[in-house]
Amino acid sequence: MRTLGIDSGSTTTKGVLMEDGKMIKYMLLPTTAKPAESIREIYNALYSPQVDKIVSTGYGRDLIKEADRKVTEITCHARGAAWLKGHIQAVIDIGGQDCKAILLDSNHQVMDFLMNDKCAAGTGRFIEMMMRTLEVPLENIDAFVADRTPANITSMCTVFAESEIVSLLAEEIEPGDIALGMIHAICRRTAYFARKMKLGGDIFFSGGLARYEIFRQTLEEYLQLPVHTHELSQYAGAIGAALIAMR
Amino acid sequence: MELIKDLPEIFEEFAEQRKNSFLAIKQLKENGVPIVGVFCTYLPQEIPAAMGAGVVGLCSTSDETIPDAEMDLPRNLCPLIKSSYGFAKTDKCPFFYFSDLVVGETTCDGKKKMYEYLADFKPVYVMELPNKQSEDGYEMYRREIIRFQKVLEEKFGVTITEEQIRHATKIRNQERVALKNLYGLMKLDPAPMLGMDLLNVLTGAQFKFNKEASAEELEAIAERIQAEYEEGKHLEKRPRILVTGSPIHGAASKVVKAIEDNGGVVVVFENCGGVKSVDELVDESNPDIYEALAKRYLNIGCSCMAPNPHRFTLLRELIKEYKVDAVVDVALQACHTYNVESIGVKRLVTEEFHLPFMSLEADYSSSDIGQLNTRMAAFIEML
Ligand code: SF4
Ligand code: SF4
Repeated sequence: MRTLGIDSGSTTTKGVLMEDGKMIKYMLLPTTAKPAESIREIYNALYSPQVDKIVSTGYGRDLIKEADRKVTEITCHARGAAWLKGHIQAVIDIGGQDCKAILLDSNHQVMDFLMNDKCAAGTGRFIEMMMRTLEVPLENIDAFVADRTPANITSMCTVFAESEIVSLLAEEIEPGDIALGMIHAICRRTAYFARKMKLGGDIFFSGGLARYEIFRQTLEEYLQLPVHTHELSQYAGAIGAALIAMR
Repeated sequence: MELIKDLPEIFEEFAEQRKNSFLAIKQLKENGVPIVGVFCTYLPQEIPAAMGAGVVGLCSTSDETIPDAEMDLPRNLCPLIKSSYGFAKTDKCPFFYFSDLVVGETTCDGKKKMYEYLADFKPVYVMELPNKQSEDGYEMYRREIIRFQKVLEEKFGVTITEEQIRHATKIRNQERVALKNLYGLMKLDPAPMLGMDLLNVLTGAQFKFNKEASAEELEAIAERIQAEYEEGKHLEKRPRILVTGSPIHGAASKVVKAIEDNGGVVVVFENCGGVKSVDELVDESNPDIYEALAKRYLNIGCSCMAPNPHRFTLLRELIKEYKVDAVVDVALQACHTYNVESIGVKRLVTEEFHLPFMSLEADYSSSDIGQLNTRMAAFIEML
C-alpha cells in the first residue's frame, strides 16, 4: 500500500511517500506566504495515481482538499518519531512558532501533551532573530559557540532579548558567549516546560533546531535524560501522517 | 406546556435570550419593578425575588469593553472582571443600566477590589462571603443574608416577609429541578444533544424573569428531547467530555465549540451556570429559612473557597454518573484561584480515575481559535 503524508508547518512544508511501511521518497520546501502553494508543490512532486491514501497535518492541514484525513501534528509527530527511534518515551519539538512536548505510552500512543503557542520566546523564530542580530548564519551555530562560556541572559521575550543582545555587545561580550547564553536560556525554558509531564525515559528531539548538536547537548544537560535526534527528524510529522494513512 | 417550535429553533432562541431580555427588563422597569443586578451565584436570589424584584446577572463575557476597562484596571486581570467593569463604565450593558442596586460578594480578590471602583458608577452593596464551609462560615453567611435583606428593605422602602421568601424559594427550587432534569438527559449515551446547545439553554434560562413559566418551558423541552431520543434522534457516539473551571458561557464558550467541532461532546458542565450552581436545592423543610439559604448557597464549590472540598466531591459524582471519557479544566486568564486549583483537579482525574485531563487558560479574544482547535483535536485523537 502506498501512502502520502504532508506536513504543512509554519516555516517548512514536508512530504513523505511510503510504501508498506518503507519511506520511498521525501521532500521539504520552505513555507511561503501562501502555504497552500507550498503544499501543492509537494503534492505535485510526490503524488501519483498509485497513492492509495493521503493524510495531511500541521497548521495548514485544512488547505489540501485531496487529503483523506486531517490529523493534528501532535498525533502525527508522535507516530513519526517513534517510527524513527523505537525506544523513546517523549518527544520535544521546537518549531518555528511553537514548542510542544508529547508523552508516549508503551504502544507509542499519545498519553499527554503540552503546547506553548502563546509567544515566540523559546521557538525557532527566537534563535533566527538572535542570529540575525549577531550577523551570523544559523548554519554555523555549532562552530560559532564551540568552547564558549554562556553569557547570562535574563529576558526570554523576543522583543526584549534583541535589546539585551545589543547591550551585551556594547559591553564587548563575545558574540559566541551571547549566542551560547541564548541557547542555554531556550533549552532551560524548554526543559522546565516539558517537566510539567512525568518524563522518565529517552527523549526524541525534533524541529528545525534539532539539526544542531549544541541544542541537543544543552537540552540533555537541563533535562538530565538522554536526548536523541535523527537526521530525518524534521520529517517526523509527515512520516507519522503517511503511517496513519496506512490504516 | 405545549412546545410549538422545533428543538433547533428553541436552542437558537435561548442563545439569543440575553439580548431578547433587554426589552423585557425595560418593560419591568417601566412597570416600576425594582431591578437588582448580581455578579455571582453565591448571591441568594430568593431574597430580592421575595420582594418582587427582577434579578439579573451582570457578569459580562465579551472582550468588547476590555480596552476601556484597562484604562483603569491592570491588564493581567481576569477578563470576566475587566469585561464586567468595562460594560459598567461605558454604560453599554442595558442590565447594568437598569439596575437600581448592584450586589457583589467578597469572592476572589480581583472581583472584590473591582467592586470598590464599580461603586463610582452605581450603588453597589457587597455581601461578605466566608472563605470556607465551616460552622462559623454558615452562621456568618446566615447573618449576612439577613443584613442584605435589611439593605433591600431600606433602599426600596418595603418589608420582606418570611412567607415571601419561602414562596420565592419554592419557585427557584422548581426551576432548579427543571434545569437538573434537562442537563441530566446528557447521562444518556450517545448524548441527545450538543453541549453547546445545553450551555445556551442553561445560560439563557438565567435571563428569563418569569421563573414559573421558565421552569415549565424547561420541562417541556426535556420531555421533547427525551421523546425524540426514543425515536432515535440523537448524536452519533462521541468521546464524552466533562468541562469544569471558571464560568464558560459567552466568549469562553469557544472552548466548548473547539471540543465539539473536533469530534467530542461536552456532556456536563461543572462550572457556574452548570451543575455547580444548580445542583443543590434549598431545604424548604428547614424551620429557619435563612439557615437553609445560607447552607445551600455557601455549599457552592467555587475555587474562592479554601479548601474547596465540594468541587471535588461533585466532580467525582459527575465523572461516574455521566460516564465521562476525559476532563477539560478551563481557567480564565489570570484567575488565580482556578489556575492554582487545576493541579488538584488533575490529580483527581488522572490518579483516581485514570482519565485523560487537559487544563487550558482562556481569555475572551478570538485570536487563539486556531491553536485551540489543534489542541482539542489532538486531545480527542488521543482518546
Ligand atoms: S466562579 Fe465563583 S466567583 Fe465566579 S460566579 Fe461562580 S461562584 Fe461566583
Ligand atoms: S474567573 Fe476567577 S478571577 Fe475571574 S471572577 Fe471568577 S473567580 Fe474571579
